[in-house]
Amino acid sequence: MAHLDTQSPPEEKLQTQVQTNGRWAGYWAILGARMKELWREPEVIFWVFVFPLLLAFGLGIAFRDKPADVTSIAVVNNAHAQQMVVLLQRSPQKNAIHADVLDESVALDQFRLGKYSLVVTADDSGVHYRYDPARPESVLARSQVDDALQTAAGRTSPLKAETTQSSEPGARYIDFLIPGLLGMNLMNSGMWGIGFAVVDMRQRKLLKRFIASPMRRTDFLLALGSSRLILMIIEVGLLLGFGVLVFHMKVEGSLLAILLVAALGAVSFGGIGLLTASRAQKIESVSGLINLVMMPMWIFSGVFFSYERFPHAIQPLIKALPLTALNDALRAIILQGAGLSSQWVPLAVLAIWGGVSFLVALKWFRWS
Amino acid sequence: MQSAIRCRGLKKTYDGKVEAVRGLDLSIETGECFGLLGPNGAGKTTTIEILEGLLEPTSGDVEILGMTWHGHERELRERLGISLQETRLSEKLTVRETLHLFASFYHHPSPVAHVLDELSLNEKADAMVGKLSGGQKQRLAVATALVGNPKILFLDEPTTGLDPQSRRQLWEIIRQFQKRQGTVLLTTHYMDEAERLCDRLAIIDHGKIIAEGTPAELIAGLSGHHVVEFSISGGNGGGDDAWGRLQGVQSVRNDDGLFCLQVEEPHHTIPALLSAVQQRGAQLAHLTTRQASLEDVFVKLTGRHLRED
Repeated sequence: MAHLDTQSPPEEKLQTQVQTNGRWAGYWAILGARMKELWREPEVIFWVFVFPLLLAFGLGIAFRDKPADVTSIAVVNNAHAQQMVVLLQRSPQKNAIHADVLDESVALDQFRLGKYSLVVTADDSGVHYRYDPARPESVLARSQVDDALQTAAGRTSPLKAETTQSSEPGARYIDFLIPGLLGMNLMNSGMWGIGFAVVDMRQRKLLKRFIASPMRRTDFLLALGSSRLILMIIEVGLLLGFGVLVFHMKVEGSLLAILLVAALGAVSFGGIGLLTASRAQKIESVSGLINLVMMPMWIFSGVFFSYERFPHAIQPLIKALPLTALNDALRAIILQGAGLSSQWVPLAVLAIWGGVSFLVALKWFRWS
Repeated sequence: MQSAIRCRGLKKTYDGKVEAVRGLDLSIETGECFGLLGPNGAGKTTTIEILEGLLEPTSGDVEILGMTWHGHERELRERLGISLQETRLSEKLTVRETLHLFASFYHHPSPVAHVLDELSLNEKADAMVGKLSGGQKQRLAVATALVGNPKILFLDEPTTGLDPQSRRQLWEIIRQFQKRQGTVLLTTHYMDEAERLCDRLAIIDHGKIIAEGTPAELIAGLSGHHVVEFSISGGNGGGDDAWGRLQGVQSVRNDDGLFCLQVEEPHHTIPALLSAVQQRGAQLAHLTTRQASLEDVFVKLTGRHLRED
């Protein structure tokens, strides 16, 4: 209290007020400040936490598993049209095929626009199908409708066949999507969280102000990396929890293995982010650079669809991308329950990207 | 006695052609407040950043507290408080959090509460940095320099853009620091600031020191401590040189029709001036006398004004 203070002379008061900081005081203070700043930035909360969930929810709904679509076909209006419709109504596939009777020009027009997958024209000699071999649903409609018409007209199958329907958790699109989104999110927040933050601080001359103090530069970088790891744990928890609760996704692998792979991903992309930001003076220029680095990986690294669809020749290049490696390892562990050791190739790819980027970034890095 | 700051033959050339600093010697004693005064682009910031160890000089030696930047960087950083030009601190941290952050970098910092008190930032301690006024932000910038409990304070244009009250507040803070045997090196292009605050000054122009001494010495170095300023209207002319031949006039300057006479004894010059104006058939439009200032020193040395806005 005040009356106690007045008893000691001012000089003595000053002496006793000098504090002593330990070796790691700077590290903890930077980490604390970083987390507070992030937490107070509503945009960060949205882009890092809310946006991936919205994306997962939207895509999960759009591509949810549902019975195969009803096939829409057009029947050209002529003397035989009514007979075709009656045959289709009699066929076992009657619920899966929707047929409209239209004039030929209208039918062809709507076919071209994609409303109908198939145009059926019947005459005295038989049935004529118009379909587009480049449209999978058109190919499917041709064989489906042909099958229906032939069966209804009295064809019998020489070979007895039975089918069983199968849609297991783990093989659905949402199961494929969630680990991909997780990988993409780790890339996004690593690149932006480190790259953007560093250039912003450089532009504000804050980096220069920091190195004008006795702050240890390694502490600064460690604290930035640590803040990424803390966010990573929240990101992984939210996305996986969301997949499990909302889409009944089944996580096969161990949570520890998932966290370790995610941590390696977060740190590696942090390193790449640091490299991207090592020299840029303005946030405008680093934003362009970050997008340029991430763009190929959005497309090629199998976030939304399998990269097996790309030509065979470029597969090795695709597999060398860090996000491909991260997504492959995450999918193997989450969906197939793979162990860490079986994933050493993608993990090594990821570690090399991160490690080399970090070392080059340290060499190039400008504090002012 | 060991100087707090010493440099010899300091040169800095950017990209092998732009010579920002062209051979600079300084010696600043412990407890002094030393000012680098000069117009924008004179090389003040380059000089102070070399002394702060943030820029490498092209040639020349720097010694701070008897140590060099090579090999003693950590020891020096612990002992220096630095405020840069135009640092924008994080807006989403409070004043107190910002000071805690900077205090954490030092082995023996001053308590944050003490610094808040000293810089009258107590009321704003829990306000976000983004909500502070210009003067408060500048005080916080100086606070981040003082929180390390430094021996030397480096301030680069600490009062640029501040209102008069905020400037006086900062001057008071600097004087308090000096009272505790602190050494201050500051740059400014305000001559009144240099005159009132600094014990000694170096006037810098084009990367060189063109004059050095106490403000009083520098002004005394002018022949003529007083300035008579006047302007006239009408009359039959007679040339500017005529004013220089009046009694006791040391030099004449014509600032767009405002004549500045440097004089030793105004009470002799003014009657002579009045009769000379009358002889020309002209009227005095304006007449004042004042003490010579650092501005006059600068104009005398360079032929230009300190602030050419």
